[in-house]
Amino acid sequence: MPLPPSGPRSTLASLAVIAAICAGAIGALAYTAGWLSPDRLTSTKLVDALAPSNGPVPGYRRNHAKGICFTGVFEANGNGAALSRARAFQTGRHPALGRFNLGTPDPGAPDATVRVRGLGLQITAEDGAVWRTAMINAPVFPVSSPEAFYALLRVPASKAPNAMAAFVAAHPEFAPFGAWAKSPDWTASYAQEPYNGLNAFLLINASGAEQAVRWSFRPQAQAERITPGDLAKRGEAYLEREIIERVAAAPQRWSLILTVAEPGDPTADPSRAWPEGRRSVEAGILVVERIEPEADGPCRDVNFDPTILPDGIRVSDDPFPAARSAAYARSYDLRTAEAKDYPRSAAEAPR
Amino acid sequence: MTADGKHFTGVQRFLHWSMAACIIAMFFIGVGMVSTIMPKYVPLLATHKTPGVAIFVLALVRLAVRARSGAPPLPADLTAPKKLAAHLSHYGLYGLMVAMPLLGWAMLSAGAYPVVLYGDIRLPAILPQNAALHTLLWNAHSYLAFAFFALVLTHVAAALFHALVRRDGVFAAMAPVGSRSGAAPR
Repeated sequence: MPLPPSGPRSTLASLAVIAAICAGAIGALAYTAGWLSPDRLTSTKLVDALAPSNGPVPGYRRNHAKGICFTGVFEANGNGAALSRARAFQTGRHPALGRFNLGTPDPGAPDATVRVRGLGLQITAEDGAVWRTAMINAPVFPVSSPEAFYALLRVPASKAPNAMAAFVAAHPEFAPFGAWAKSPDWTASYAQEPYNGLNAFLLINASGAEQAVRWSFRPQAQAERITPGDLAKRGEAYLEREIIERVAAAPQRWSLILTVAEPGDPTADPSRAWPEGRRSVEAGILVVERIEPEADGPCRDVNFDPTILPDGIRVSDDPFPAARSAAYARSYDLRTAEAKDYPRSAAEAPR
Repeated sequence: MTADGKHFTGVQRFLHWSMAACIIAMFFIGVGMVSTIMPKYVPLLATHKTPGVAIFVLALVRLAVRARSGAPPLPADLTAPKKLAAHLSHYGLYGLMVAMPLLGWAMLSAGAYPVVLYGDIRLPAILPQNAALHTLLWNAHSYLAFAFFALVLTHVAAALFHALVRRDGVFAAMAPVGSRSGAAPR
């Protein structure tokens, strides 16, 4: 039974309904996109806050900007396989690539001005599953939430007197990191540093059981303790020179230690160390075999996003991996768009 | 279309409405994930990929079904510019259904990101790592997403105009249930 076209009054009403539906859809999208919530902490805000006062250095990572690539292998000994079904933990040699770096937004920062050293790592299992992680040498993270980290980043730009003191007073969890950062007990090589994941992840084994862990790569090289003053005397880019020579002479090794949480351990707060005496599992050895300068190196265009995990590892209730993933993606999008500002030293190399 | 020549087939309607749900969800997942650093960022990002690939596959199926089953004709009294707009907008919708997942997949490939779907299904890279391509594809995926959203809204508004104002059977041809309750083409 065909209906006649609507009359003028109901036409107006119908048009109003259509307009309302479209406006509602646009409003919902705008709300979801955060356009109506300017206070929402976004990756753009986080990454902008990382920039030094004179602005970011285009073409480079927005943090941990100074670094050098390596390739090597992760030799799994099978001990981790009871905790995780990820192929990377099964006995075998899994190709690894990574990046030693300094926790600074300035790729030209002198080594002795940067306390935090980092390791970005990618392990690819033979089934093709990729595991990426980015770790630092600090034993704990400075703060307990991404919001607090954003507040910390904004301290240097603050015009308030004693902004740092006020921050520390408001964030007592900062104390252990602060004490570590102040200690003059530095090492003289990237190869002598431990690299700590700090965030808790869940390992899932073959029977589906989940277990929260934190992981660390502990160096086999003996630490040569050095003060920042003495490190400064060795030159602004000593660490890169040193690691090139050291690895050329012999591969360098780190043990992967999985620290197993017990019920009640603070998995959601990387500023809090877990109590001493937690069970630990040595799951294998990272062997760094070859160093390559970053400009043409295999790590240059890799985003060491800590949420890129193989089946058998997943994020826990720790809020940082998600925040880091969002911020790293923003940094990656920015720097790949600025690639011309960080020229390769050779002609565009095929890869 | 059906034997009476007035409606899309059941398969076509099923594809239309299930893909509509997926595509609309993807707009919100997409803008939501890039605007947050909260823990939900990780599941949103993971969730964005699987329906994206599903939409790509369903769009190809849909084009094949459309080629086979055809579509009911537009009402004879629709003016030529409106018919042209209807045809062009559908080319746009089909094109974007196919292009958006491919752009996203290519963008991740150019960024050296692994593409992993639900069930630990790992897709191969369809492009080598390349910074310039990554930027180009990122921009294309992002701008076209908003163009797609605008086109879907226009599509919804036009469908409702046919259903509520013209009452000419165009909406009934694709209505999810009951084809007789609306109007037959005049």
